[in-house]
Amino acid sequence: MEPNSSQIRWVDESPLGLGERSYLPLFWDGLTTTFRHLIGPKITVQFPEERHQFPDPLIYRGVHRLNRDEQGRVKCVACFLCATACPAHCIDIVAAPSPWPDREKYPIVFNIDMLRCIFCGMCEEACPVDAIELTSLYDLSGKSRDEMIFDKEKLLSVYDQTKDQEPPGWLRAKQQLGADRETSPGQS
Amino acid sequence: MISFVVETCIKIAVLLGALMTAAAYLVLVERWVAAWVQDRLGPNRVGIPLTKIRIFGLGQPIADGLKLIFKEEFVPGHVDRILYNVAPIVTFVGAIAIYAVVPLGQVDLGIANWAPVDLTIVPKFDAGLLFLFAANGAAVYGVIIAGWGSNNKYSLFGAIRGAAQLIAYEIPLSLSLIAIACYAGTLRIDDIVVQQAQSGVWNIVLHPLAFVVFFVAATAEAGRLPFDLPETEQELVGGFHTEYSGMRLMTFLVSEFLHMITAAVLIVLLFLGGWHVWFLTGAEPVAGIGVAILRILVFVAKVLAVVFFFMLMRWSWPRFRFDQLMALAWKALISWGMIQVTILILWYSWWESLVLSQGWPATLCLAVINWSGFVLTWVVTAMVSRPHYDNRPRRDLVRLSQPLRPGSLDNRFQNAMVCDP
Repeated sequence: MEPNSSQIRWVDESPLGLGERSYLPLFWDGLTTTFRHLIGPKITVQFPEERHQFPDPLIYRGVHRLNRDEQGRVKCVACFLCATACPAHCIDIVAAPSPWPDREKYPIVFNIDMLRCIFCGMCEEACPVDAIELTSLYDLSGKSRDEMIFDKEKLLSVYDQTKDQEPPGWLRAKQQLGADRETSPGQS
Repeated sequence: MISFVVETCIKIAVLLGALMTAAAYLVLVERWVAAWVQDRLGPNRVGIPLTKIRIFGLGQPIADGLKLIFKEEFVPGHVDRILYNVAPIVTFVGAIAIYAVVPLGQVDLGIANWAPVDLTIVPKFDAGLLFLFAANGAAVYGVIIAGWGSNNKYSLFGAIRGAAQLIAYEIPLSLSLIAIACYAGTLRIDDIVVQQAQSGVWNIVLHPLAFVVFFVAATAEAGRLPFDLPETEQELVGGFHTEYSGMRLMTFLVSEFLHMITAAVLIVLLFLGGWHVWFLTGAEPVAGIGVAILRILVFVAKVLAVVFFFMLMRWSWPRFRFDQLMALAWKALISWGMIQVTILILWYSWWESLVLSQGWPATLCLAVINWSGFVLTWVVTAMVSRPHYDNRPRRDLVRLSQPLRPGSLDNRFQNAMVCDP
């Protein structure tokens, strides 16, 4: 576009007043801002001894977990939606016919390569049964590449470890439903 | 003669040790202040090695120093070996030479037949201010030699910037020094301090304009933000010390901190009364041991306060563009320094004789004149400065590349705009 095009609206800044041209308000602003932060609260923590507290751990995107249902079975139905949605191709699922009557398939292998994962949370978005979720665990380390490929057992153990602090989505939905019913019994 | 040599050597050793320690720990303080200003905790882990004792990270400078000592001193193949090796030494010598004339008063040890010991390495140096000024100016040689000897474009850019900046800011610095020397009637720094102590009026109260000019110019001389153009990391990689590593780099960094301490020391000596505090340190040049120690503590506290302000300043105001830097020196500070000198010249040649009584009424008159000159200068500078930030595109400078053709999209759009009320 030409600079003299009539589609360009030239906006003029209002000229500086005498106070601003003397730079004193700017000096004052800069110094007071610095000083406020100097004595203000710090946001970093002493990491290994003290851990960062998340305002809402449910929305943090850390290590994955595979949720269990009420009977302790893996919730996943091996629909491959998460593996399809994954932009990093880090999810590897092998499905098998389900031994339970309430679903057709279940995963016998569910591997996530944590070294490839970019923690975008697409798998959590894609999952139709709230089986895969991202927890607030963030200090993830391993001594080898193999160790960083999390299999089904490990992902289920992450669930066992975090289910108390971060209740799984299906449980939260159920509690929400119950709460709604209690508050409005006439509509049910 | 021997006793004189021994005395001087002891003074040099003590001062060097104190300065090196101060520079090392000021690096830590700088990192702390930076962290606190950025809402972080800062380095607080390194304590006594092999134990779990952390003394607020006070072991950090030792760890840093050890690391730099044991790092490889890589010398790139394309440098001028002699200049490359000389540059850190020149910078360091230039930075440390100033402390030969920093006066801390005289101490009477109370031993019979002993003259009072002067707590200055070169006592009673008549041209102290001149020496100080020359040593301060010599530091720029190190920067230029480093930039040239590195044979690297970024280093050379940094060196040229450093040279231009230091030359530009020497002038306002010397103008304010002239004002102070004019008022004190001496070039001896210890006399300037004693005069402030005995009159009880620090030069900052009496000559605010000279103080502001000196403060800004000294910050620029020290190359502190917002004046760190010679080593802007964002533009020039590392500026003049891009090609340096290991001990040579450490020498540069230490000299940089020494420059900052120097700037603070000069501000304290010339404007903030040196070792003097009212009702506490006395005003006589010679003091007993207790008072002498108290004076040193007061002096160090004042210097640290100024250094702390430097560190806060670093995070408060953004770096100048190079043209702004030059404009500040040549257009504002030099004229301000000249105004201050002119006021003093007029005072001594004419106005002082109009004040009937000498002593404190004359001082009061001078202070009033200086302060009104200061406020007036600031307001006038603000009034003549541009009413806009000058980094906007300017419409009057936009070239009309081609006239609007009838029927073109622009023209139709324009017509529509015109028709639409």
